[in-house]
Amino acid sequence: MPNSTRSGSPLLRFAGRVVSFLLTLAITFVGLTAVTFFISRLTKIDPVLAVVGDKATQAAYDAAYLALGLDQPLPMQYLIYLRRLLSGDFGVSVLTARPVLTDLLRVFPATFELATIATLLGVAIGVPAGVLAAARKGRLADHVIRVIGLFGYSVPVFWLGLVGLFVFYGKLGWVSGPGRLDIFYQDIVTRRTGVILTDSAIEGNWEIFANAFSHLILPASILGYFSLAYIARMTRSFMIDQLSQEYITAARIKGNSYWRTVWFHAFPNIMVPLVTVIGLSYATLLEGAVLTETVFAWPGLGLYITRALFNSDMNAVLGGTILVGAVFITINLVSDLLYRLFDPRLRTS
Amino acid sequence: MSDTLLKVDDLNVTYPTRTGFTHAVRNASFTLGRERLGVVGESGSGKSTMGRALLGLLPRSARVTAKTLAYEGTDLLNLGERDWQHMRGRRMSMVMQDPKYSLNPVKTVGQQVSETCRLQLKSDGKDAKRRALAMLEAVQIRDPDLVYGFYPHQLSGGMGQRVMIAMMLVAEPDLLIADEPTSALDVTVQNEVLRILDDLVRERGMGLIMISHNLTMVSSFCDRVLIMYAGRIVEECRAADLHNARHPYTRALVAATPSLDARREELATVVRDPEWLK
Repeated sequence: MPNSTRSGSPLLRFAGRVVSFLLTLAITFVGLTAVTFFISRLTKIDPVLAVVGDKATQAAYDAAYLALGLDQPLPMQYLIYLRRLLSGDFGVSVLTARPVLTDLLRVFPATFELATIATLLGVAIGVPAGVLAAARKGRLADHVIRVIGLFGYSVPVFWLGLVGLFVFYGKLGWVSGPGRLDIFYQDIVTRRTGVILTDSAIEGNWEIFANAFSHLILPASILGYFSLAYIARMTRSFMIDQLSQEYITAARIKGNSYWRTVWFHAFPNIMVPLVTVIGLSYATLLEGAVLTETVFAWPGLGLYITRALFNSDMNAVLGGTILVGAVFITINLVSDLLYRLFDPRLRTS
Repeated sequence: MSDTLLKVDDLNVTYPTRTGFTHAVRNASFTLGRERLGVVGESGSGKSTMGRALLGLLPRSARVTAKTLAYEGTDLLNLGERDWQHMRGRRMSMVMQDPKYSLNPVKTVGQQVSETCRLQLKSDGKDAKRRALAMLEAVQIRDPDLVYGFYPHQLSGGMGQRVMIAMMLVAEPDLLIADEPTSALDVTVQNEVLRILDDLVRERGMGLIMISHNLTMVSSFCDRVLIMYAGRIVEECRAADLHNARHPYTRALVAATPSLDARREELATVVRDPEWLK
């Protein structure tokens, strides 16, 4: 019998699970910071030069060297970095001369907004398309969906971005151009979340909301198209696998219609791998889509990290990497919780 | 005969393959009343394919033809999708081999059994639950209220198969096709499940088609037996007469049955005669 022999109250077991989860989180986080920190220090890049420039005097160089704490042994440097990190101090970006945390809080919402809308589009269209393709395998709908998908992951994103801008912005004028807002509208709404759509909605400023949306929709659609192609392909193959199972035949024998069988019996069984795929695709987008952000002059995380890398701005690179790591950890956690929700076999123990 | 449930005349099932056609069922003809009919034969002899053809459940690529394929006078060959939905579950149903695969892993026992009531009897939630619980009791599940909320992975094989039987019989069909209903179960629970199946079929006066490898079981359980070889019915006889069968294939099958009484160093194997295929 399930569970009946397990000791301890449910509350205690829940607390145990939370503790073990937090412990895992802490270990993962320490590991993440350690790996990024040591890799950044092992590169040949001289962080001092990035600060003082290559024309600085020896005295200025030495002063900066000491100020950065580089005279300390490497493990010590890591501990100092870790302690600062825990108090929210990511150091100052050489490039922007602002605290890295401030920078990240500025660029991440832009990426978050883009990635979220793109993923919503990808899921809303990709999942039904994949299910449809699997249910009509080998027929017209399947072929059409597969060709659209194939196009989605074979065309380079920057090309699609440029063509999209040319057609929908340049020729048709249906959407706004690069950037997050028209200059006219910038810095009007108070920054609360940094996500312009929510900030403007909170203030009830629908004019700005509409403008932000018209800027967002094209890059989000293009990114969404890629995640759609991936999600649809994976959904199709998960569904084909499930539709060949015996319990599908059993459901049909009971008198279920074909489509009810597809959605009501097969679909709930692909939720675990589907959540994994969606989570992965979302995490990848949250990392920042450099090419898309470049084409659309979108001031997001990808652009920020790339620029920091090219300028040896190590604090910014480290901060960005840790943020990306934290995003992955969070998404894994949410996926884990969703697995339990969707699959009863994972609930016990 | 007015009591005929199923009339099959010259049923053929073919699958297209790269090299031509595979003839899975050839010229099968039989009629079934409210009786228990066994179908035996080796793997690949077409027993299961025939069973699924009767329920219209073969893959789209299969070509099913027959002179007659009728259930209580309803032509099954040209039945539309909607009509099939009322035929399956309600009038004929099927118990499949392994409950590990034939129950939906993410739906509770209750959801799966009551679904049949909702679909076939148009029961509302309360009525469906009441019927499902009564049915679980009928298949001798000790604590139906508890098991109602279980998921398939929480059931033993024997319990799973009883849930399967409950799910397929709750809408009171007149014909049940049992496709090796016990071969995935432990020997100790096989008899128990068979007995439950037998009781229900008897009580309700249903027709039963029992597809099986197990000659002993079929001969003691059924009234009549069809023996299939390479897609055709090579012999039909009364179950009690199985041991006096005429066809050499049937005799070879019977001879290959191990027995506890007679010590044998080696089991007899079936020596195939190409004549059988003609």
